[in-house]
Parts: sequence; C-alpha cells; structure tokens
Amino acid sequence: MDELVLGGQRFTSRLVVGTGKYKDFPTMKAALEASGAQMVTVAVRRLDLAARGESSLLHWIPKEMVLLPNTAGCFSAEEAVRTCRLARELQLGGSNPLVKLEVLADPKTLLPDVEETIKAARQLVSEGFRVLPYTNDDPVAARKLEDAGCAAVMPLGAPIGSGLGLRNPYSLQMILDQAKVPVVVDAGVGTASDCAICMEMGAAGLLVNTAISGAKDPVGMARAIRLATEAGRLAYLAGRIPKKLYGSASSPLAGVIGAGGG
Amino acid sequence: MNATVNGESIELPEGLTVATLLRHLGVRAERVAVERNGQVVKKVRHAEEQVSAGDVLEIVTFVGGG
Repeated sequence: MDELVLGGQRFTSRLVVGTGKYKDFPTMKAALEASGAQMVTVAVRRLDLAARGESSLLHWIPKEMVLLPNTAGCFSAEEAVRTCRLARELQLGGSNPLVKLEVLADPKTLLPDVEETIKAARQLVSEGFRVLPYTNDDPVAARKLEDAGCAAVMPLGAPIGSGLGLRNPYSLQMILDQAKVPVVVDAGVGTASDCAICMEMGAAGLLVNTAISGAKDPVGMARAIRLATEAGRLAYLAGRIPKKLYGSASSPLAGVIGAGGG
Repeated sequence: MNATVNGESIELPEGLTVATLLRHLGVRAERVAVERNGQVVKKVRHAEEQVSAGDVLEIVTFVGGG
C-alpha cells in the first residue's frame, strides 16, 4: 500500500485540503468528499459572541476526516504556539497532535517568516506536537525545520492563494533530494496540472485550498485535483524517461516500405 | 467587574468561573477553547478556574481555513 505517513498518522490519500473561502458549507462538504482527502485544515479564531445558533464548521466536515488545525494569520512564534495549544484543547479529547504551523511575515505577500517559524517549531516539538510547517521554497530553511524535529516540511509552490503553480521547481528538487521527512507542497497550486507536476517530481503530498474553493465549480475541481495528484504520484513511482534533445523513434526504423532494396 | 473577552472590554458579574462565564455568555463549552491571561484553561478545570477583574480571556473555535 502506497501510504503517506505524517506524524505517525497513515493516509492513503496524498491530498490535504483546506476548508476556507467556500461560498457555503454544503458546497464545501461536497468538495471535501470529491477530493478524496482524509485530512482537512481548519483555522482557530475568536468565537463571535454576538452570533447565536451559528452553523458549526465541524458539522459539515465528514466525521472520518482528520482535522489539521493551522496557525494561519499568526505573525509571531508566540501567537502560533498559543494558537496550537488552543487547537489541542479544541480537539475535544482527541489525541491528534498534528498541527500546520504557519507564521507569516506580512499580509501582502503572505510569505512565511522562516525565523519565527523555526522558533515556533522548536517550542511546539518540545511540547509534543507533530509539526507540519509551511515554509519558503528554501532548502536551507527546510533542513533547519527538519532538524528542529518537524514531521514534514511544507514548502510553498507560490504565495498562498496566488494560483501561480510551482514557480521554482529547482528549489523544490533540492528540498526533495535532501529531505528525510515527507515534503508536502503547500500553497500556490492553481489547477490540476500544478498538482501533477509536484507529485511527478516526488512530493509526498499536496495541501490545496483556494484552487478548489475558488474554482467556478469547486466540486469538479476537487475531483480534478484528486485525479491529478494520483496521476502524478503514479507517474513518479513508475519512473519517467530521461529528457533528450533529439527524437527517438517509437516504431522500428527497419522495414519501412519504399526504402532501399533497389 | 471588568474583563477583556475576545478583545472587547465587558462588564461581568463578580465571582465567575470559566464555566459560569461561558454560560453567562451563552456559549457551549464543548465547542470552544478558552485561554485566560495567555494560558489555556483545560475543560476539566473550567468549573474551578476563577475569572478575576482585569483578566484577558480568549474564547476560540474552529473556522474554515487553509
């Protein structure tokens, strides 16, 4: 069985999907199901004390899906650590220690603050969390996060929500070559082919939100991204042919009619 | 007494615990996590943890996100 193991949890799906920015909960639920994902990200936010009888997000997430709380919106290690502690308390007695660590540098680029991310990762690992850190496509940062004890590294393909796809495949290749933990490409995917490209290179998994929730048909895109992720993984396992400058005929060159024999 | 709940300064009755504070605010405890002055208050301690004047409380829940 080809499984993705993240922090001791085993998944047959290599796609992790977000729950943000859907137009409504029924669409989100249908898209989550169509994605085939077994883990979904959720954010931790202040309860709106004025809103009564608010529909709960958790009600719309299929029960069998593992929750991956994130620290989205945190701009310092301290905020991220506090958010993870609250997320653990929110897990209703569950023992899932996985968290998606995300410490951002500024609201415009949404690029990671790697220094704060590493600081938070060390603290969270020491508290028993299994940390999946969102990071830059920087092999040095990835190595430091791995050394800090993270259960995976999650480099961006492009800025969050940008849909630009994998902007620097050479950096990702270096991260993949050195990593001893799973490498999950988090952020930047715009459509199905972006997923296939990352998976063909050997990424262990993908985390996708906006490409699905922002699509014209989120359920259709969830299915497309699921299939592309699976196709990319199968192609990686099957081993692609080397790239060559010149052609190499697929049919025998000998025995072509009208050639020679005169 | 006055305390800060989710960034808002509000007037609260004296002698509240975290459990009675949540009831006072009409919040179901099983759906939230509570932080008091920067420290998580575990659910098993909600009934004994006292809320004091000037406390900074955060009451959070899961929402959609990536």
